[in-house]
Amino acid sequence: MNLIEKMLDGDKRSCAKLISTIENDGKDTEKIIKEIYPKTGNAHIIGITGPPGAGKSTLTDKLVKYLRNKDKKIGIIAVDPTSPFTGGALLGDRIRMNDHALDPNVFIRSMGTRGYLGGLAKQTRNTVKLLDAYGCDYIFIETVGVGQSEVDIVKAADTVVMVMVPGLGDDIQSIKAGIMEIGDVFAVNKSDLMGSERTATEINMMLDMSSNMDRRPPVVMVTANRNKNIDNLMNEIDKHLNYMEEKGLLSERRRSNFEDELINLVELEIKKMIVKETKSSGGIKQYAEKLLNREVDPYTIRDEILETINLK
Amino acid sequence: MSKRIRVLVAKPGLDGHDRGAKMIARSLRDAGMEVIYTGLRQSPEQIVAAAIQEDVDVIGMSILSGAHNHLFPKVIDLLKEQNAEDIIVIAGGVIPEEDIPALKEKGIKAVYTPGTPTKEIVEYIKNNVKE
Repeated sequence: MNLIEKMLDGDKRSCAKLISTIENDGKDTEKIIKEIYPKTGNAHIIGITGPPGAGKSTLTDKLVKYLRNKDKKIGIIAVDPTSPFTGGALLGDRIRMNDHALDPNVFIRSMGTRGYLGGLAKQTRNTVKLLDAYGCDYIFIETVGVGQSEVDIVKAADTVVMVMVPGLGDDIQSIKAGIMEIGDVFAVNKSDLMGSERTATEINMMLDMSSNMDRRPPVVMVTANRNKNIDNLMNEIDKHLNYMEEKGLLSERRRSNFEDELINLVELEIKKMIVKETKSSGGIKQYAEKLLNREVDPYTIRDEILETINLK
Repeated sequence: MSKRIRVLVAKPGLDGHDRGAKMIARSLRDAGMEVIYTGLRQSPEQIVAAAIQEDVDVIGMSILSGAHNHLFPKVIDLLKEQNAEDIIVIAGGVIPEEDIPALKEKGIKAVYTPGTPTKEIVEYIKNNVKE
């Protein structure tokens, strides 16, 4: 497969083509990942998440600019939602990142979620592997605009930057479970707007309430579109990685992320097996029919299905 | 999961009106395509670089400023330089009828002027993107 060789050689078009193959779940996906896997594991993977309109793309753009001054090679995966009705998507994160379009050491790829609900696209993790093998020092994953519970980024990134803005609700919002729990670094963007100090205070108070935390996430005030305090934010991101490395937490986090990834992979295969093995006897539909008529209970049928694929 | 058609919608040059481009982007999205919108004031170089990284099947450009005879062919030339002439390039905007034949000869596959039903553009893309 000479696309892989060309990609490893730094060819952008080959890298883009390989991402498409993976994204379309092409039959070569496995082959590609198998071949590049030994070359992965070198990039620092940074998740940028937060509500829609918080400034995730603009902030990513500025962080990348900062890192390019230090001559780092950067990959960006920008995820936007796919329509559940038509399957189409409008991917607009590039608008804020056009300054990097011609930089040979920045690769930007927009992805639609394609039905995946956790804030990432279905193939985000494999795309990260590709960009890692491609030689990126840093890979940014910008999630869709999140609400309260799209927390999958924590399973895909080494460091999660939670981007908040003033005016999104009272302090109760900040102590709810879910999205506010996953930030390793908090950025209060649009800090030139009224209420930003208060937002920062609320996040700080929330963080101070947490017990059992040997590292308290920092809160950094930034104004991305004016490039204000970006160096401090990047400094905190790097500090988080150093801390994780020193304490052995990075391997721990990556290991637990791989556990999750492996379970997903196996689950997917079992699903395919079920569809395949029950096909001759009328598919999963006939089992549903039995449930509908109250002939048997769901757990008995589960065991029956597992028997057909030789798992029980 | 099957292949999705990916389209880059771009506004080359210096005109500041993108309502038409947004309309097209929306229509293509509603037709089930993944549309990457680059925003205003893009250079041909930026457009081609984005198209390559995003691995799009189609580039759709919109120009209202009158610079089409300069900017559209530039994009075609740059695609050739990158061995990416398989990407279909279509264009729209305020383009005089008499300019269209030369643009097509240069390699712009279709040119749409004001009043074109968006359905026509959707059909063209669906019929011409290879599986």
